[in-house]
Amino acid sequence: MKKSYKIDVDCANCANKMEDAAKKTSGVKDATVNFMALKMNVEFEDGQDPKTVMQEVRKNCKKVEDDCEIFI
Amino acid sequence: MNRKQKRNLIRIIVSAVLMIALKYVPVSGGARFLLYLVPYIIIGYDILIKAFKGIKNRQAFDESLLMAIATLGAIALAVYEDGDYTEAIAVMLFYQVGEWFQSYAVGRSRRNISELMDIRPDYANVEKEDGQLEQVDPDEVEIGTVIVVQPGEKVPIDGIVTEGYTSLNTSALTGESLPREVKPGDEVISGCININGILKLKTTKEFGESTVSKILDLVENASSRKSKSEDFISKFARIYTPAVVVSAIALAVVPPLIQMFAGAGPAWGTWIYRALTFLVISCPCALVISIPLSFFAGIGGASKEGVLVKGSNYLETLSQTKTVVFDKTGTLTKGVFQVTAVHPEKIDENSLLHLTAHVERYSTHPIANSLRAAYPNEADDCSVESVEEIAGHGIRATVNGDVVCAGNSKMMDSIGAQWHPCDHVGTIIHVAINGEYVGHIVISDVEKPNSKEAITQLRKAGVTNIVMLTGDAKNVADKVAESLGLDTVYSELLPADKVTKVEELIANKKSEKERLAFVGDGINDAPVLSRADIGIAMGAIGSDAAIEAADVVLMDDDPLKISKAIKISRKCLGIVHQNIWFAIGVKLICLVLGAVGIANMWLAIFADVGVMIIAILNAIRALFVKNL
Repeated sequence: MKKSYKIDVDCANCANKMEDAAKKTSGVKDATVNFMALKMNVEFEDGQDPKTVMQEVRKNCKKVEDDCEIFI
Repeated sequence: MNRKQKRNLIRIIVSAVLMIALKYVPVSGGARFLLYLVPYIIIGYDILIKAFKGIKNRQAFDESLLMAIATLGAIALAVYEDGDYTEAIAVMLFYQVGEWFQSYAVGRSRRNISELMDIRPDYANVEKEDGQLEQVDPDEVEIGTVIVVQPGEKVPIDGIVTEGYTSLNTSALTGESLPREVKPGDEVISGCININGILKLKTTKEFGESTVSKILDLVENASSRKSKSEDFISKFARIYTPAVVVSAIALAVVPPLIQMFAGAGPAWGTWIYRALTFLVISCPCALVISIPLSFFAGIGGASKEGVLVKGSNYLETLSQTKTVVFDKTGTLTKGVFQVTAVHPEKIDENSLLHLTAHVERYSTHPIANSLRAAYPNEADDCSVESVEEIAGHGIRATVNGDVVCAGNSKMMDSIGAQWHPCDHVGTIIHVAINGEYVGHIVISDVEKPNSKEAITQLRKAGVTNIVMLTGDAKNVADKVAESLGLDTVYSELLPADKVTKVEELIANKKSEKERLAFVGDGINDAPVLSRADIGIAMGAIGSDAAIEAADVVLMDDDPLKISKAIKISRKCLGIVHQNIWFAIGVKLICLVLGAVGIANMWLAIFADVGVMIIAILNAIRALFVKNL
């Protein structure tokens, strides 16, 4: 399943870091962050609940870039 | 400016004013240190907090940490030497100016590009039972609903006109400025703007499946597919920052230690200062921001011109295109048959067309359609009787009492008419009246008016090999190829052969870096579109399969757009390469100058903020592609 989320982040490098962090989160099959459109596209692994996974993704993103937000 | 940008601008101004004012305050020692700390904290508190959080989360090597170390180090040196505090504040100040500018520039170009793609309809007008219009969310409109589009409004959902005549402005979709006239029965795609009349449409799709949603989706997701240049930069940034930090530490420690062992006094202050300069130069922002921004601007500019590129990677591939393979019908030629020559014998041209059109009155064959199109007043008071279609030969009918046969040479042979071959290429319709040969009509597919110019432009854009594939007969294909000046032509191919041919052409490329583009009209060449290095679908509005299979979608069917797309991609990639070389180059030079002590903190700031601002301005150039 794929979903798209709006994000807020200030710098392009931070967006790259968020992408890495999201990819490493368990339950996430693949993730891309589009800095220019301020969007994060997440592909979830089968049988995962997007809501709970996204909480983890947000937590991990906050770790690498304190000044970011994902609107779940 | 948003709230955050305003706040940061105020911080920058306050801190700069304080810093300059403090120059004229006659204090020294600890008091001076404390006074200077005020503007430093104002401008740098968030960076310090971020750096601290970074360490806590084990994400040490980020730019906040670099800036924190560099400025705190500069302050420490100033305390130690009772020297200049302005440097530390200035570094932080310029860093913040750079960040502010970046955020402003990105916000601006984001808005610019979304204005370009301002085709999202906000509502649809549905007529209620009492005749009043109600504005509803386009998402809620079901298929088959009749919606009303008033002058000046966007068509929200694809549909068929049930009532009303009007002109539609399609420029947001196709880049074509000429308005399109529509009448009841015509299909209308969403995203067009209604210019003058009131239009009633019966929707044929849901909003989510409508052209406008598809296009917006495609453009918005385009920069998610990253190009090699972008990958290179994110990998580069990952190695670069730690490498510079390690070198900075080495620069601070190793030379003084060597001096110590050599017996000279270690110049700790000098080397630490140089190491700090190093750290300031090190931030990879200019690269990391300007490359995706260039692609984003390039894709945005292209969509304004009616060229939808599905991702940065495709823009990159497109710029390396050396071979363009065309499918003939529908791309270089119109794909509609037209009467291209009338060669009468014994009777005049008009009567020949007139008679033939009558004979073909009831036929639904494409050839009959084109004959009727060539003689639009076919429905006159002539009598057309006992029409008989003879399979594989043609049609026989009695027109005003005369038996008229229209068909191929076999038909003429069978009725014993003396027919003449024609030197024109195409389908030839021979005509005989009462068994006597009266001439023939040539019907062929015609080239698009822009095809020749498109080929010239492609060559100008650096394409070296132009190939045409077609299922048509050899003589037809050769004639088109000759008149357009193509390099190679393969004719009489089955759809599956086209894939094989494209594979052959890909395998025979001269070098690894060359790319092959295939241009099709998206109607049955989806397999070839996806097999080529880059698939370009033309005039693909409304054809979902083509939009799905292609990497680049041309909104209208003008072949000139292909060279335009290639030129846009070249310009964009040119800017990307300029930015990569410029940013890395300036940084490396400044790193070397910093290491040997020529560059001070001020030059370092230029290497960081200045380069970034120049790179961003350069990136925005990719948006301007109108006159390419």
